[in-house]
Amino acid sequence: MNTAILEWSLTIAQIMLGIAMLLATFRMVNGPRAQDKVLGLDALYVVAMLELLLFGLRSGSSIYFEAALVIAILGFVSTVALAKFLMRGEVIE
Amino acid sequence: MSPEQDIPLWLALGVSILALLGAFLTLLGTIGLVQSFYQRIHAPTLGTSYGTASIVIASILFFSYVETRPVLHEVLIGIFITATTPVTLMLLGRAALYRDRAEGKDPVLPVDEQADAVFPITSSRPHRR
Repeated sequence: MNTAILEWSLTIAQIMLGIAMLLATFRMVNGPRAQDKVLGLDALYVVAMLELLLFGLRSGSSIYFEAALVIAILGFVSTVALAKFLMRGEVIE
Repeated sequence: MSPEQDIPLWLALGVSILALLGAFLTLLGTIGLVQSFYQRIHAPTLGTSYGTASIVIASILFFSYVETRPVLHEVLIGIFITATTPVTLMLLGRAALYRDRAEGKDPVLPVDEQADAVFPITSSRPHRR
């Protein structure tokens, strides 16, 4: 009974995060300018990380936690590199 | 989790409310992506602050109960996201401001001052090393 409550609310939360990922993907695909696309990518990876955390909560294993941590680290590095590219025209100078 | 091992009601309700709250705030933050750029850059931080915090707390509660020991490794994600989001958005906002000024319009100034504002960036491109 209590497990059913948890399962259903986790499903609803995952659907909400899925809609959020769709909205961020929409902004990433047709943002009018380059910085809007980078912002959409940034929002997309954060939402994907939260979705993986909920997935691990649902399946009860901690493997998804490590995947979420990798997404968080690589997403930070990629957004910083893209912002640097927009600023200077090159990443490593 | 196995179905015969049922969890108590307070844990189910607490984890459910935290997860739903975090997902809802993150959804609100991405709905806020439909504005102009400088208003838009504030919106996803709703997901990176409150959304991440409540989902991380839900995960800590659940795994601490299931494994009958304090499980705190999700705090790592919370600290990391909290520390890196201001850095990325600051860099991105400065890059956007630079690009707007290089095109000759300054979104920070009011519109009637933009005609006689001097943009030193447009006259000489920054030195490229």
